[in-house]
Amino acid sequence: MTVLSLAGTTTVAAADDPSCYARTTNEWVCWAYWQDYQSELIDATTQHLQITVAAVVLGFVIALPMAVIARRYASLKGGILGLSTALYTIPSIALFPILVLFTGITMTTVIIGLALYSLTILIRNTLTGLESVPDDVRESATGLGYGRTRLLLKIEFPLALPVIMAGLRVATVSTVALTTVGVIVSYGGLGQLLADGVQNDFKAEIFAASVLCVALALALDVVLLGIQWLMTPWVRARGA
Amino acid sequence: MLGDAYTYLTQWSNWTGDDGMLTLLIEQLLLTVTALAITMLIGLPIALYLGHIGRGGFLAINLSNVGRAIPTFAVLVLLSVGSVGTDELGPYGRAGLATLIALVLFALPPIITNGYVGIREVDRDTVEASTGMGMRGRQVFWRVELPLAMPVIMTGVRLALVQVWATATIAALVAGPGLGNVIVSGFYNSNYGKGLAGAFVVAVVAFVLEVLTIGAERLVAPPHQRRTKRGEAPRRTVSVAV
Repeated sequence: MTVLSLAGTTTVAAADDPSCYARTTNEWVCWAYWQDYQSELIDATTQHLQITVAAVVLGFVIALPMAVIARRYASLKGGILGLSTALYTIPSIALFPILVLFTGITMTTVIIGLALYSLTILIRNTLTGLESVPDDVRESATGLGYGRTRLLLKIEFPLALPVIMAGLRVATVSTVALTTVGVIVSYGGLGQLLADGVQNDFKAEIFAASVLCVALALALDVVLLGIQWLMTPWVRARGA
Repeated sequence: MLGDAYTYLTQWSNWTGDDGMLTLLIEQLLLTVTALAITMLIGLPIALYLGHIGRGGFLAINLSNVGRAIPTFAVLVLLSVGSVGTDELGPYGRAGLATLIALVLFALPPIITNGYVGIREVDRDTVEASTGMGMRGRQVFWRVELPLAMPVIMTGVRLALVQVWATATIAALVAGPGLGNVIVSGFYNSNYGKGLAGAFVVAVVAFVLEVLTIGAERLVAPPHQRRTKRGEAPRRTVSVAV
């Protein structure tokens, strides 16, 4: 198994070409590296994005029903919150190997692991959001003839949306950072470049991967903020 | 694979020796305790003071969010490849200093955020009442604010501990010290049984540490809050391990 297959070789910097990422210069900030290794950087960032988005979507799909169940059946609330909190106690670098038992050395392993981590935040925030819906509002809707499901979909979720979205943002941002650890099972997105950079003492590569990682987290945060803005027109109306 | 892991764990020779799991475990525990102690010494006074005077809340609360966005792996790499280097540091092993710095950096946000929030969330009426009774600022802090904020502060310490343990394990990815080495060398050399064995040990110790801190949390909780169920202590901020 080639662990760092994604990153490829890093010693191609020609000796007669004193570029800023050559062995002898080995600068941190090196624009030539970004240009020459463009396709590698794009591939790693794409994989990173794929893993992050898949993990957060999977986590959210699991967290929503869990939060609704915890909200409806008070006796299960402690168990659900406790389990999701216990999961995040396991360091990711130990969780991925344990998941390998079930899903092998695949991207799925990383996605499932990260989804499990995101549960802690997603369930908690969704639950807090649902619980913050005022009782009067709920009673009025019931009085108007809303059934349980319609109440949930039409009243509770929209009102809980800001808190749910806040959880989604935190989960996404931390998942971007955590994805790098996927390198332990060869699917770490930009983490592959970091690992390769350490092994070959390649500073330009390390710097580029670190910058891209933080930039990706910021970009996704802004996207989610935009989605929230679009989905909650009533908040905007009130603010104006 | 599970069988290989079992074989690795039950072979005593894998635990002993200079690079045995016991040595690595002690190394990592030492790193964890040191980093947590340094973090509390630096972070708690700042957080508690800011909470007491009610300033700097924006910074204290957003610190955790910024901390989450930064990959621990990247920081470890930047520190060890950069000027800090990977020199041996006494009992802390290879890249000891780089690892310690990274551990402290990532443990600070939960400690500062929870310390600040803990003090700020003490019922303002209670604080006013104690001022009205003639307590001075210092007395209010030591006798009212601090005891009442203890559960939230301890939650921060627990989150920091989880974070420190996780980051210390990742240090092995940059040839650092600790148990992560068993996982990393196992997986990088396709010796998956060994990697899995290391992962089990890391996960078990993480749980033990968590249980110990929950116990400590109960001990320091003010009497009237002590009866709350496990995990039900007021927890406004949740951070994530790596």
